[in-house]
Amino acid sequence: MKLPVSEINDIINREAQGEGSLIAALEEIQECYHYLPPEALLLASERFDVPLAQAYSVATFYNAFSLKPKGKHRLHVCTGTACHVRGSPQVLDRLQTKLDIKPGGTTRDRLFTLETVNCLGACALGPIVVSDGEYSGQMTPQKADQLLKNITRAEAEAKR
Amino acid sequence: MNRLESVAEFQEWQAGLAAGWDESKPCLRVCDGTGCRALGSRQVLAGLREELRKTRLDTPIEVVGTGCPGFCECGPLITIYPQRLSYQKIRPDDVPEIVHKTLIGGEIIERLLYTDPQTGQHIHTEPDLPFYQKQKRLVLDFNGRIDPTRIEDYVALGGYTSLAKALATMTPEEVIVEVKASGLRGRGGAGFPAGLKWELCRKNVQAVGAGYIICNADEGDPGAFMDRSVMEGNPHRVIEGMIIGAYAIGARQGYVYIRAEYPLAVENLKIAIQRAEQVGLLGKNILGSGFDFSLGVRLGAGAFVCGEETALMASIEGRIGEPRPRPPYPAESGLWGKPTNINNVETWANIPIIIGQGSQAFAAIGTKKSKGTKIFSVVGKINNTGLVEVPMGITLREVIYDIGGGIPKGKPFKAAQLGGPSGGCVPAAHLDVPIDYESLTALGAIMGSGGMVVTDEDTCMVDFARYFMAFIQEESCGKCGPCRMGTKAMLATLERICAGKGQPGDIEYLLELAEEVKRSSLCGLGQTAPNPVLSTIRYFRDEYEAHILDKICPAKVCKGLITYSVIPDKCTGCMVCLRNCPGNAITGAKKQVHVIDAGQCTRCGMCLSVCKFDAILVQ
Repeated sequence: MKLPVSEINDIINREAQGEGSLIAALEEIQECYHYLPPEALLLASERFDVPLAQAYSVATFYNAFSLKPKGKHRLHVCTGTACHVRGSPQVLDRLQTKLDIKPGGTTRDRLFTLETVNCLGACALGPIVVSDGEYSGQMTPQKADQLLKNITRAEAEAKR
Repeated sequence: MNRLESVAEFQEWQAGLAAGWDESKPCLRVCDGTGCRALGSRQVLAGLREELRKTRLDTPIEVVGTGCPGFCECGPLITIYPQRLSYQKIRPDDVPEIVHKTLIGGEIIERLLYTDPQTGQHIHTEPDLPFYQKQKRLVLDFNGRIDPTRIEDYVALGGYTSLAKALATMTPEEVIVEVKASGLRGRGGAGFPAGLKWELCRKNVQAVGAGYIICNADEGDPGAFMDRSVMEGNPHRVIEGMIIGAYAIGARQGYVYIRAEYPLAVENLKIAIQRAEQVGLLGKNILGSGFDFSLGVRLGAGAFVCGEETALMASIEGRIGEPRPRPPYPAESGLWGKPTNINNVETWANIPIIIGQGSQAFAAIGTKKSKGTKIFSVVGKINNTGLVEVPMGITLREVIYDIGGGIPKGKPFKAAQLGGPSGGCVPAAHLDVPIDYESLTALGAIMGSGGMVVTDEDTCMVDFARYFMAFIQEESCGKCGPCRMGTKAMLATLERICAGKGQPGDIEYLLELAEEVKRSSLCGLGQTAPNPVLSTIRYFRDEYEAHILDKICPAKVCKGLITYSVIPDKCTGCMVCLRNCPGNAITGAKKQVHVIDAGQCTRCGMCLSVCKFDAILVQ
């Protein structure tokens, strides 16, 4: 994918003109591209007049930022306390085994990224998995399998 | 509408809105909070609007998406006004029936009513639901009634009248006196008296000539969502509290630092700020008083440590969220080196109530040293998962059993964990403890920000402690050694115990490490990190010993200490577990009893979750 440098520049300028901060600009870029391309960090450090090292320190300190591109479908397993006592470790285990990646990882075909989230606050539904923004509640290892199957099937159909 | 230029103009506007607010008119109020949305409330809302449009009633019925009333267990929730008929667990296909049977036909659909599990009776109206009976809803009272995106709704119910009162009739000092007299203590966890904090900050703001106020909405405790629901369901109450606080302290700029994981709360907060600016309740010369105050929003980027006030301020300044030693406290040198007052969402939301009703009315609720109400998110092994607001001094038993409806499947209560990764447990023996700051601290738990995770016999307390330590270890910012390395050593020990490799002396080693991490860590995160371990050792030492000495996990949770097997009498030979086993550890043929090979078994729990005949035994 070719990076739209001018778009990134626009985001950074918009944030820098208001009372925004480096973090706010990076948040915006992360939101748009699901990761922080090296060019973005370079542009941001110049525009906010901070050393590149500081931009990197911010980008690697906060969990919301990623330096690696994400997969097409993003699965977030809630590992909040309520989900934990209701069995989210088994669900996470299952997804890890099935996808053969650790939390934070992306499958080789770039189809899935598996992530954990500390708490979504929808504890009545626990354990929760959010796939591309859609919540699935009361998950079990079996339902996790089904979730993956549904996505891969939809992908296969789209290709045909 | 034009900017309001004076208190009198505001009062006129308010009176008009209040006169127009009529809860005796037919109206459907649908919870549109994150919890109900996850359960499908958006589709229900859209469906209701569409069905009503198609039906073309003579008298139109309004459909309002509200904030979270708290009864998440039964979402999506609908309350039908004026009767306040309460329907629960609504699916989109229930919508036509609701419109035609109930709204047009006046008939009650029993299937959608709440059934009291104790008596088996249907409960018709919202106020009669047992879940709300023992609650005292001061902060949450508008949640479930107003549309959080409409400032007019909040004002109609008396919103911003406390601000008008403060600006028109009270000096900043008088506001502080009132907050001090109310006895309000910080709802973020530590319980520092809010009025005292304000007074210290005001003094410094006056000396320096500048200062800030901050709302800490970085609600990071896993299993806690009180602040999110207040922000989502009634953001104006927080904003009003902050404006009053800024007036009292003398700050002209404030920030709300809110978790990015709460998109709906962020959205509603931003809308609310914009509306408050438009009508002149934020900005220059508020209501003609000469007082200026503006409010900005800063999003957290997923770092638990940013809930600590010095780390939070570093993050607002655009740096990494590392804490720094205190003193100086924020009241002396905070954001950009200026005096700063930080309170959390619930604390700010209490301010309009105190100013509106007076400190005496507020102080009449609660116990001698803990005044007012507290919101808890009651989650985990509990029948009525949800958000409850209770008067201080209520017992834990009342919250768990009378409001929470007890433990699922009638299992015995084991412990409630309060205060998340900084907190501790209250075991069954202390169920009658009154909920106030001092009583909870005496038991080794804390009030915390309001997370209450309920556990039953299937929860392993060693694994529970390991869970919190893993969380803290992951979230430790790494600046100071005791927290960075101490939590790592504690986690490694706990992991060893859970894996069945515990050794005699491990408990003592954990206790020693815990004391050291508490004593020598830089900030609150590290200083409180060992609490879940200390608290579980205090009350559940026998479970630790069972893991270490007997190599048994009594709750059958820790993978290294359990085995899965098939109960021959119950197995029908249906092959479902065999087909689903990811490790191919199950053998057997159709209609023959299956066998699990313990060597191959990865203890993933798949067979347990797919077996329809309860034929899998965990030992």
